[in-house]
Amino acid sequence: MERNSTFNPLSFVNRQVRDIPPSGIRRFFDIAAAMEDVISLGVGEPDFITPWHIRSEAVKSLEKGRTYYTANAGLMELRTEIARYMKETIHVSYNPKNEIVVTVGASEALDAALRALIEPGDEVLIPEPSFVCYKPCTILAGGIPVPIETTAENGFKLTPELLRAAITEKTKLLVLPYPNNPTGGIMTEEDLSQIVPIIKEANIMVISDEIYSELTYTGKHVSIATFKDMKDRTVVINGFSKAFAMTGWRLGFACAHPDVLAAMLKIHQYGIMSAPTFSQYAAIEALKNGRADIERMKEEYNIRRKFLVDALNEMGMTCFNPYGAFYVFPSIKQFGMTSEEFCQKLLEEQRLAVVPGTAFGDSGEGYVRISYAYSKESIAKALKRLEAFSKDHL
Amino acid sequence: MELTRKILSLLEKNATYTPKDLSELLGEEEACVAEEIARLKESGVILGTKTLINWDKIAPELTVAIIELKVTPQKGEGFDKIAKEIYSFPEVRSVTLMSGGYDLAVTVVGNSMKDVAMFVGEKLSTLDTVVSTATHFVLKNYKVDGVFYTEEPEDERVITL
Repeated sequence: MERNSTFNPLSFVNRQVRDIPPSGIRRFFDIAAAMEDVISLGVGEPDFITPWHIRSEAVKSLEKGRTYYTANAGLMELRTEIARYMKETIHVSYNPKNEIVVTVGASEALDAALRALIEPGDEVLIPEPSFVCYKPCTILAGGIPVPIETTAENGFKLTPELLRAAITEKTKLLVLPYPNNPTGGIMTEEDLSQIVPIIKEANIMVISDEIYSELTYTGKHVSIATFKDMKDRTVVINGFSKAFAMTGWRLGFACAHPDVLAAMLKIHQYGIMSAPTFSQYAAIEALKNGRADIERMKEEYNIRRKFLVDALNEMGMTCFNPYGAFYVFPSIKQFGMTSEEFCQKLLEEQRLAVVPGTAFGDSGEGYVRISYAYSKESIAKALKRLEAFSKDHL
Repeated sequence: MELTRKILSLLEKNATYTPKDLSELLGEEEACVAEEIARLKESGVILGTKTLINWDKIAPELTVAIIELKVTPQKGEGFDKIAKEIYSFPEVRSVTLMSGGYDLAVTVVGNSMKDVAMFVGEKLSTLDTVVSTATHFVLKNYKVDGVFYTEEPEDERVITL
């Protein structure tokens, strides 16, 4: 669209932004929102309310009148707690003074990391299926997203073969999205040990999105930053949304080498200033006294996970056993429909909303994402509808 | 022992778990879990299974009262004999020996306030060992046995992205 003498607002919109397609999830759920009696297994956030002791600290901070900005990088007390938390969970030491920034959700941390590292034309490797933000944020930062298609056969893991095949001279970064949304795939210590040498040899950096790190069901999450010489090569991103059921608080953080962190901090301070103050006070409480809450919620997710996977398998929908996050990613290939068609029909015929796998990359074709961030009763209800659909179409 | 505790804490939260559910959750053999549950029932650790009901929604006239009783303990029997006398009444839902300002906390259920008051006046306060009673009517349950009795907020989550 060219600008001419008649005022056309769209012609003023940045071309790159214009060219980014709308999110597959959004598009689909705008349809669902207009329908009645729809059961959804679509959302990507915990169904738990933030534990009361955490909410209460936020209220207290407001009562005390703590309504000012914090330091750009976040409250020192919070950064200190984050450092302690990282030391305890992934066994990596970060200096709260210059290696940690508190952000508005892990999303902002991701955006800041990409913008701090990418130069125009840099290639960014993105294993798919994965969270919908990596690609557009890479493009907006001037980079070229290079999807790596992982498969169910390999547990949706990033294998050394896949990684090696995707690296070129222009590769600058690898986004490591594990535990994975939407597949529930994880990278074990053994899996990571196979890709670490390739990363070092290619001399690239890693953005490790570990937002689901607390939600692993077959052992503790392992971060790539724990490997020898990988700490400085990795920006670790995490946050409070999934672990502590704090999505609406918009609070995340990034840990990185001081030089990289300083660059991210520039972007953060000019673009955002600082994360919300009351959210930060709540987060201190979450890290100090909220570990038991994580365990409680995880136990509940695990019950639903097993319930859902069993039910899907009994229904004849082959389901990769998810080891992390709160999603299952069953194959729908036997229905002979595309993911979009399947979801559309399921919505129209049974009023059940799940997310087409293609929303998470082309390699999501033939799959759908089902969230188990719902009560077991809701899941059971939804499964009845899915079963009816399956009877009609198989 | 570890397994016993885990089974109990899961069943305490949700009595509808079958041995199969529990075996999956705990990564144990189903037969082993079933056997342990049977043993726990036999030894009186698992006493029974009930449904939590919010009667306010269905029968608002039902009246529950908590009664503080001061009693005179008896020689050789302590509080056990009087407690038994009290818990034998079908109107009595629970009897607990307390430390502090009174001795027995008694929960009574009736069809009306008058019903409950009559029971206290005629049956409880007339017992020889009962020194005094103080009746408190329950007006509203907020949380009972770890379960919220208030309305759950609607699922306000929206699909983002």
